[in-house]
Formats: sequence, C-alpha cells, structure tokens
Amino acid sequence: MSSLTSALPPAQGTGARVARWGLYLILLLFAAYYLLPLLLMITTSFKSPEEIRTGSLLSLPRDFSLDAWSYAWNRACIGADCRGMAPYFLNSIVIVVPAVVISTIFGALNGYALTKWRFRGANIVFGMILFGSFLPSQVILLPMAQTLGALGLAGSAGGLILVHVVYGLAFTTLFFRNYYVSIPDDLVKAATIDGAGFFQIFTKIMLPLSLPILVVTIIWQFTQIWNDFLFGASFAAGGAQPVTVALNNLVNTTTGVKQYNVDMAAAMIAGLPTLVVYVLAGKYFIRGLTAGSVKG
Amino acid sequence: MTMQTPSYRPAAGEDAGAASGSAAPPRTTGLRAMAQRHLSKLVVAPSFAAILLFVYGFIAWTVYISFTNSRMLPSYELVGADAFAKLWRIERWYVAIENLLIFGGLFIGISLIIGILLAVLLDQRIRGEGALRTIYLYPMALSFIVTGTAWKWILNPSIGIQQFVRDLGFPGFTFDWIVQQDTAVYTLVIAAVWQSSGFVMALFLAALRGVDQEIIKAAYLDGASLPRIYWGIVLPSIRPVFMSAFVILAHLAVKSYDLVVALTGGGPGYASDLPATFMYEMTFRRNQIAIGSASALMMLATVVAIIVPYLYSELKGGKRV
Repeated sequence: MSSLTSALPPAQGTGARVARWGLYLILLLFAAYYLLPLLLMITTSFKSPEEIRTGSLLSLPRDFSLDAWSYAWNRACIGADCRGMAPYFLNSIVIVVPAVVISTIFGALNGYALTKWRFRGANIVFGMILFGSFLPSQVILLPMAQTLGALGLAGSAGGLILVHVVYGLAFTTLFFRNYYVSIPDDLVKAATIDGAGFFQIFTKIMLPLSLPILVVTIIWQFTQIWNDFLFGASFAAGGAQPVTVALNNLVNTTTGVKQYNVDMAAAMIAGLPTLVVYVLAGKYFIRGLTAGSVKG
Repeated sequence: MTMQTPSYRPAAGEDAGAASGSAAPPRTTGLRAMAQRHLSKLVVAPSFAAILLFVYGFIAWTVYISFTNSRMLPSYELVGADAFAKLWRIERWYVAIENLLIFGGLFIGISLIIGILLAVLLDQRIRGEGALRTIYLYPMALSFIVTGTAWKWILNPSIGIQQFVRDLGFPGFTFDWIVQQDTAVYTLVIAAVWQSSGFVMALFLAALRGVDQEIIKAAYLDGASLPRIYWGIVLPSIRPVFMSAFVILAHLAVKSYDLVVALTGGGPGYASDLPATFMYEMTFRRNQIAIGSASALMMLATVVAIIVPYLYSELKGGKRV
C-alpha cells in the first residue's frame, strides 16, 4: 500500500516547492478543523468557571485545575442523582463487556459455518443477517420495548446486553465471514481428512489465524456499544443508564448555574475509553469501518 | 479484493464420520451423527432465529401496529391506513422530511468533496500521513453525544465563535444559526460533515492505494499533469467506491438521531427535526404509537430503497461485501 504517485519522479523547482507548502498548509488547516472540538473540550475541562467567563474560547488554561474532572466524576447531579458520572461509567462497562464477548463469539462461529461448511441457502441466510446492519433502529424500538417488558428485562442492563448482542450480530458475522472467505479451504479439507471435526477445526485451525479480525471485531463492537445512545435512552431506566445517556442528561440539566468546565470534563470521561482504544489501535478500527465497503 | 473462494464440500468417502457438509451421504445413523452432519446449520441457527425474530418479526410487528389506532399502548384492532393518512397531514412531519432532504443532500455532497480532496492530497507522499489520518478520522470513534457537547458550545452565539470573533474587534459579527429557525438544520450539516468526512477520506485513500501504479506512470510519461491524471484516470477507475460511500452516507443521514439530540434537540421548536427524532417524539412522548410506527416504516422504506439494490448487486457478484 504505497502512494499512487510514488512511481513518479519527485517534482523539481520553486513552483513545485510552493505547491508542496500549499499542500501541507491545506492538510494542517483541516487537521485544525477536526481537532478544534476535542481541544476545546480538553482545555475547557481544566479551566475554572471564572476563567471561562473572562477568558477567550481558544486560550489555554492559566490555572490548570482538575476540580471539574473530580466534580464530574463523583459529585455532579444527573437528574436528582448527585453521584456524578462514575456509576453510569460502571453501567456502561457492565453492558459493554458481555455484549462484546457474546456477539463476537457468535459472529466468529457464524462466519466459520457460512464459509467453510456451506449449506444450501447459506448466502440467503448471510444476506438476511447482513441487512440488520443497515436497519434503522426506529423500526424495532417499540416492539423491543414491549418484548423486554414481557421478558422482565425492561430498564435493566441485561435487556441492553441482549439488544446489543442481537443487533451487533450483523456486523460481527460480516467481519468474520469476509475474513474466513480468504482463508484457503484446503486447510479445512486437510484437517477433515485427518479426522478433525467442526469445532476442533474451528479452535485448532481457524481461531489461531483469526487474531487480526478478532481485534477488529472487538474494537468495532466496543466502540459501537459504548457510544450507543438510542438504545440506552429507550430501554434503560434511571440507575441502569449507560454513560452516554447520563452525559446527555447532565449537559441538558437546566437548573442552577451552567458549569461548562464540568460539562466538558463529563464529556471527556464518557469519550475517553473509545478515544484511547482508537489512539492505540486505530488501524484496526479503520479496517472495521472500511470492511463493509471497500472494493477495488 | 479477493473473490469468494468456492465452497468446500468433502467428497463422498473422504471422511470417516467426522462432521461434513450436507452433500456427504449419510453413513451412520443416530442423533449424534445427524447432529454432526448438520452442525454448520445448528451453529448458525440461534443467530438466524434471533435475526428473524428481532429484525424481521419486529418489522412485521411495527407494520401491524401502524395499521391500528394505537395511542399510548399498542392496540391490536386493525383500522386500515389511518395512521399513514394522519402522518402525512402533520406539518411537523413535513418539516422533518424537508430537513432530511436539505441535511442529507448537503451532508452527502460536502462529505464526498472533502473526503475525496483529503484522500488525494494525502496520497502525495505526505510526511506524517499516519498522524494526519488519525486526526481526520477520530470523530468516528467518539459518540456524538460526547463531541456534540463541544459543538453546542462552539455554535452557541453568546459563548462560541460569534462571541470569540466579536471579542477580536468585530462587534457586528453574527453567527447564530443554531438559535434561528431557518438555519438550525445547517448546523447539523456542519457537525455531521465534521464527523463523517474523515471516514470518506479513509474509503477513498484505501481505494487509491489499490490503483495500478503502472497506469499512472504511463500517463505521466505521456505528459499528463497530476490533476488530469487523478480527474481523468484515477477517480473514474475507483467508481465503485463512490457508490459505497454514497450508500453508507445516505443511510447514515436517514438514521441520524444522536446528532440532533446532542446539538439542537430538534429545536428551536421543531425546526431542526429529522424523521428519527420525529418518530421518537411521537412514540414515546406524545402517545401516538401508530403514527410513530408509520413514520419508522417510512424511514425503513427509504433505507431499503437505498440498500437493497446495492446489497443485491454485491452479493450476486459473489464479492466481498
């Protein structure tokens, strides 16, 4: 994967140098555009309320303070509950971990079965599962609310885990299916000749080859479920709400003096887990993003 | 990209009772052996059943409810297409539809332009390409509920950009789109483009890297300029990516919800409502379940019209999707 123009000789002369500078200038201006909201959040979260009132939007904090962060973490009021973001952050972890693990396991097994042990109609089954990744959630909100109520899961973390597993299956199956398609069938063939069965081949041959796609899938599911707002807002009641819903409630609380530094610190708290994962393993995240759409 | 490899089915007599594709003739009898032969189907079955129920069953349920007169609670008495007729008489629905057209058109168009521009510029052997790519794409990793907090502040006339520019010595400067009925929807475009254009860049950059370098070299030696090479040869050769990017952006536009909640809340009034917020409002706040369901089905129909032809052509070709 090298630049298209790397086959060409480098351009020479003053004109080319000016063009080069212009190119970098444009790219850096765009970088500033993308970074601005994040930088604003970070700098504002370290400022005091006085500094926000008197200072400029873009200035760096003069008196670096962590007060807003600690206030947002365990004292800020979300509705009538003044325990800060901490309990909701924990809720999100409780929802995300099992939902990611379960949907990834099913996705891996589906992808394996749909590519290496194809049965009649496998393509139709895959197509029908895949459509789920484009489904506008609004179509299933009401029936899901009713069903969770009937199952006794309304408003609970268990209900949200179920929802995220079901609607994550389309993506996890897609990822593994596309990855396993490119693994030679001869590997499976040879193993069956040696007498290995379905699950033996999966655990001994396929899984050891699956590390890259496993990382892609886990990161993708983690990001999607952590960032979910619609399901959390629709299906989780008060104390079981995920961190995104809590953040929205906190920011939109109209009583009292608006503490922008606390809002920004709370937003950073809600955003940090996915941001850290992105910075550490962005390459896998991008692969997940483009997995559904790149063709050459 | 890899074409789909032919599926493997063990030939008859090749395996001794181990799990095999359904094409293998039955050798042993009994439950265990049967389970082995159908393991593949059994493994997919729970997921498929869940999808059948939670996707297709729920769509059917929503269709049914939309033909009833359900208000606060679902009622199961069919009354015909009343809810649809009512939906298309609600002014707020027209506002949401019109907003979707404005928002969707601008969002898709501008994201494509910025995404392609950045991809082509980044493809010029840029120092620090990796870092720039990371910066352009990070908004996709964050919930808009998170970044919307910052956008709301930036767009807020009394504390954001407007005030900032006024403090710089331009007291007449006005940028108050977010609080004006006519312009609030354009703030959604600004923020949505910010969030998704990096993703378009990644799609196109990956495609650019797949173009045969020899063609470029030949065109260059023929004396074609770089812009001409990109416009005349490279971009036309990656046409399928335009289609993918369009389909993805279009369905994101129809589904946009978090963005509106975080930025404008649909306001002022309902001036920046989109179908997704309209549906939520009707269903969960106004006790108009049937109308809410009808509006959800309109969204589904739009997404299906965009997605199904695309998926069909992709799957039929046996290519990776």
